[in-house]
Amino acid sequence: MMGTRAILFEAPGAFTMEQQQRIWALIEYAENRPDIQELVPGVTNLLLIFTHAPEYPEQIADWLRNAWESLPPRQIAGRLFEVNVRYGGALGEDLAAVSAHTGLSPEEVIRLHHEGEYTVCAVGSAPGFGYLHGLNPRIATPRKSIPSLNMPAGTVTIGGMQAGISALTGPNGWNSIGYTEICLFDPYRCSPSLFAIGDRIRFCPESIEL
Amino acid sequence: MITILETAPLNTIQDQGRPGYRNLGVGSSGVMDPLALKIGNILLGNALEAACIELQTYPFVIRFDTPSSFAVTGIDAPLTLDDRPVLAWSVETAAPGQVLRVGIPRTGARAYICVEGGIDVPVVLGSRSTQLRGGFGGMDGRFLEAGDELATKPVSASLSGYGAVPPARVLENQSGDGKTVLLRAVPGTDYARFTPESREHFWDQGWRITPQSNRVGYRLNGTPLTLLERIELRSYGIIPGIVQVPPAGEPIVQLADANTAGGYPRIATVIEADLWRLAQARIGTSIRFVECSHKTGIVAQQPIDSYLDDLRLMVAHYRASCQSRNGTNSRGTA
Repeated sequence: MMGTRAILFEAPGAFTMEQQQRIWALIEYAENRPDIQELVPGVTNLLLIFTHAPEYPEQIADWLRNAWESLPPRQIAGRLFEVNVRYGGALGEDLAAVSAHTGLSPEEVIRLHHEGEYTVCAVGSAPGFGYLHGLNPRIATPRKSIPSLNMPAGTVTIGGMQAGISALTGPNGWNSIGYTEICLFDPYRCSPSLFAIGDRIRFCPESIEL
Repeated sequence: MITILETAPLNTIQDQGRPGYRNLGVGSSGVMDPLALKIGNILLGNALEAACIELQTYPFVIRFDTPSSFAVTGIDAPLTLDDRPVLAWSVETAAPGQVLRVGIPRTGARAYICVEGGIDVPVVLGSRSTQLRGGFGGMDGRFLEAGDELATKPVSASLSGYGAVPPARVLENQSGDGKTVLLRAVPGTDYARFTPESREHFWDQGWRITPQSNRVGYRLNGTPLTLLERIELRSYGIIPGIVQVPPAGEPIVQLADANTAGGYPRIATVIEADLWRLAQARIGTSIRFVECSHKTGIVAQQPIDSYLDDLRLMVAHYRASCQSRNGTNSRGTA
């Protein structure tokens, strides 16, 4: 229970695509409840915000547990986005740090990054920001101890086991390895967020500056 | 229409918020003190969703370019309309050209300038609230500036000269010494991950609101809290009131402009019924968390609801009787 009006469901076990697909299944199922105001998917968890404080949260917890046990993982075909990246340079200045941490050459880091296919697990934190699953574990790099103060929107980043594209210009603790010119969020678009859960992303090197 | 003549930074257009878009990473925004806006809108006979100006810094000076009824709620501050002092929490009428000045509050932190019909900025994603991070909503997604012109809905027959008793005086304030703000909170998901001493400390000590506090969240100062062991949490959804504890051990209460997801351990959640008290607590104020159950948290909403119901009733009676005295039985519009 988070306060009186929200319940967080956390999936047991590791961060795998299957667990995330079960969370997606739970979203689809919970959408049918009339007392839901918002469903906020996280990474292997789901926040349910209710229109009114539920009087018997235990009943909802049981309902969630049952749903979790019985629902099959939900496959979302999603759309495929090909994102052109300018790797390295001033806008990907942490490439050297990723290279040092992983013991791989910058060229190798870039190759492993753009060879992968990524899936949008959840959109959140900032408007339009997608949490991406699919980073090659060999280039996983912990967040920086001192965040960049003003990382531009469109920076291609690595934060631990997660990959991302920063949605807003501002402070950011993830490692920048490149830059792309796409607009992740526009409130006036009929679908404001470019990415939706289940979408797949491929990064294509447009240029490499070491 | 209203023209802003003088403003300090951090003042914005807000309404009751923009729920429904957290799954796109868009936080709810909205007023920090929802109760104060509700009161203003009830006094003026506005719809619940009418938008207002939220002030966090002072002085703030506006000119009414068209006749308007207005009410300033949330705080007690020196207010003048031209040179005439006016009361907070009361409905006043301004003639075109009159200037309203809001001085530094004597009590409270955030003032709400509510006008009849509401501030008419475009609705973006279902709300007029300013979304500062996304740069949309309110006045082009930014803080108000001197020279800004705000549209208001045209007003027919205006009534004034009545007000509300400030909620802090009516609603039981459990606070013993009158200085410490007491906030009821439900233990959070990661409560048991903290050491027993830290759990005790969390409730027992007074936490000071630091200057690094704003609409995103309040950072608190006190003896740091420690976890039994370090953990790396996966990102999860956030709502206003969640109390997170970053590695340094000093809690942050997430508020209206919080990110929609976060990853720090959650020790507790302040109940919704008490969030307005936090919104009106100034930097430097001491707050204490009072452990409460889910049930108590729900019941806590009742005095607020009956206060608002009473107010709604009184305002409706007063307005109806004034209108019948003035020979009109309706305001001309549905």
